[in-house]
Amino acid sequence: MAEQVLSRPGRRDPGRARGRSGGPVAAVPDGGPNGRFLRTLRRHLAAHGFLIGAVLCFAMFSWYPMIREIIMSFQQTHRDKITRQPKTTWAGLQNYTRIIHDPTFAQAWKNTVEFSLLALLIGFAVPFVTAIILNELRHARGYLRILVYLPVMLPPASALLLFQYFYDPNYGLFDHLLRIMHLPTSQFVQSSSSALVSVTVASTWMNMGGTTLIYLAALQNIPGELYEAAELDGAGILGRIRHVTIPQTRLILSMMLMLQIVGTMQLFIEPFILTNGGAGPGNSTVSVVNLIYQYAFNLSGSSNYNSASALGVLLMLVLGVFSAGYLWLSRDRD
Amino acid sequence: MSTRTLVSTSALNRRRGRIVYRFTATTVIVGFTLIFIGPLYFLFTDGLKSTHESVQVPPTLYPHAIHPGTYADAWTVGGVGRLLFNTLYYAFGALAFQLVFDVAAAYALSKLRPVFGNAIFGLMLSTLMIPATVLVVPQYITVSDLPIVHMNLVGTPEAIWLPAVANGFSIFLLKRFFDSIPDDLLAAAAIDGAGRMRTLWSVVLPMSRPILGVVSIFAVTAVWKDYLWPLLVEAGYSPTRETLNVGITQAAATSPQNVVIAAAAIAAIPPLIFFLIFQRNIMSGLTTGSLKG
Repeated sequence: MAEQVLSRPGRRDPGRARGRSGGPVAAVPDGGPNGRFLRTLRRHLAAHGFLIGAVLCFAMFSWYPMIREIIMSFQQTHRDKITRQPKTTWAGLQNYTRIIHDPTFAQAWKNTVEFSLLALLIGFAVPFVTAIILNELRHARGYLRILVYLPVMLPPASALLLFQYFYDPNYGLFDHLLRIMHLPTSQFVQSSSSALVSVTVASTWMNMGGTTLIYLAALQNIPGELYEAAELDGAGILGRIRHVTIPQTRLILSMMLMLQIVGTMQLFIEPFILTNGGAGPGNSTVSVVNLIYQYAFNLSGSSNYNSASALGVLLMLVLGVFSAGYLWLSRDRD
Repeated sequence: MSTRTLVSTSALNRRRGRIVYRFTATTVIVGFTLIFIGPLYFLFTDGLKSTHESVQVPPTLYPHAIHPGTYADAWTVGGVGRLLFNTLYYAFGALAFQLVFDVAAAYALSKLRPVFGNAIFGLMLSTLMIPATVLVVPQYITVSDLPIVHMNLVGTPEAIWLPAVANGFSIFLLKRFFDSIPDDLLAAAAIDGAGRMRTLWSVVLPMSRPILGVVSIFAVTAVWKDYLWPLLVEAGYSPTRETLNVGITQAAATSPQNVVIAAAAIAAIPPLIFFLIFQRNIMSGLTTGSLKG
């Protein structure tokens, strides 16, 4: 492997390859095999000079933490009874068994999966249908495209503080609108039955613009003749969607599905802001990342990096599967 | 322009088609305006209400008495001005670090092809599989005591700037773009006596403006939208080092409702202006970034 990499650059080096084939230029003294070696070495060193900044940052802030999370999840830190110094020892699977027996653990996974499913139901289907409709419009398309993307640009805190205000059961706008329409009012984020749905609605409003625009771009790449042909064969609008639109966008649909699963499973800020810290009524909105945060940084004294790491590793495994699926699908395309 | 889509133009020109189209178009335009501009309308007008009016039952649909002073309160008392400065400082610092280090690295990987280049690139891409949120705990511990040098970056802007460099997606986008620049062009520059640095600066970079734009937009919005990481590394200092996202949510717990909304509105103004100016680049960058990425 290393040899292959070693030998290739020399062969492809643009400047020298040119010089050789140029005839007279090749007469420039090469310095013998020793000189060539030094020159190759210098070339590699220079190239690594360009790389070093990024490589160091990756090493410190990505690669090392990745390994460290796994190591920490099998360790335990406690203060020595006499010296009061923190001591780290191996703990086997103790961290894992401890978090699995935490009642919030199951609740957090259930909420996260439920949120993901709900968010997919809304956040996958709605943008796709929206994109199909937008693609048919002959008017105001630019305006509508800007419109759906506006919330994506908002700082999440702005959008969520606004929704928190709307969701207020006393003076909030949403209950006011429901009352005007003579519909039953809701406690939204303050009731365990509606909190997660409320979180999903806010999250979808904030995020669907990006997905919609990506679908729109995919729809515009569908050759018009396919619709022409399907219509000649007698396919109605729904038939054309089923037999042309969906097969033609299948790849991008499945890629977005993977990406959205990865994105929604990382749910953190929406419950954190909407339900003041993320737990929600009866832990109804606590997500896995919220729980990691609680384990690691809870100020009530039970702060435990090792439990947080164990939960992080579990989430990493789940997300890794979907991310790998996304990368595989997107590579298949080229 | 008139490429064939789901519904044919001739179908739309029929009488029934025209009616259906007009109905759908109006519904969509009105509905979308209500759904997407509606909340923004309240974001900007609710901040103009008095504290009393902002918690009145039932809520008013427009401020009955206009109190522009609320915005001033949010700016001075709530310290939104300072938060805005912090966020801009972090965002553009992260952008600068990313442009310098990631462009250099992508150039090396694409054109200089060093030993182990492919392995390094593969490791960088592998970070795309593990989203940053999952790694917050070990990342925080690492930043609070850097290995080997034993420096504590918590509370410094570098705690946001340096991790931003470790962005596999930027490296990927840049490298793929550099790969499309023909080697002959670089060879020509080399024959003219340009070194590696000079070639990067005068040949590669001028050709790469579109991708640099895309990467820059991603870099700035990432910092602007991030919450968990700045909450961990920049919170709780005096004078405040928090970002807008963190600062306004923490102030929200103790401020009157109208001031909270005014602060949220102020925080929303810069990215909205940024979007309206660069909307074409942002929206096309989004699709290059994900469709082909």
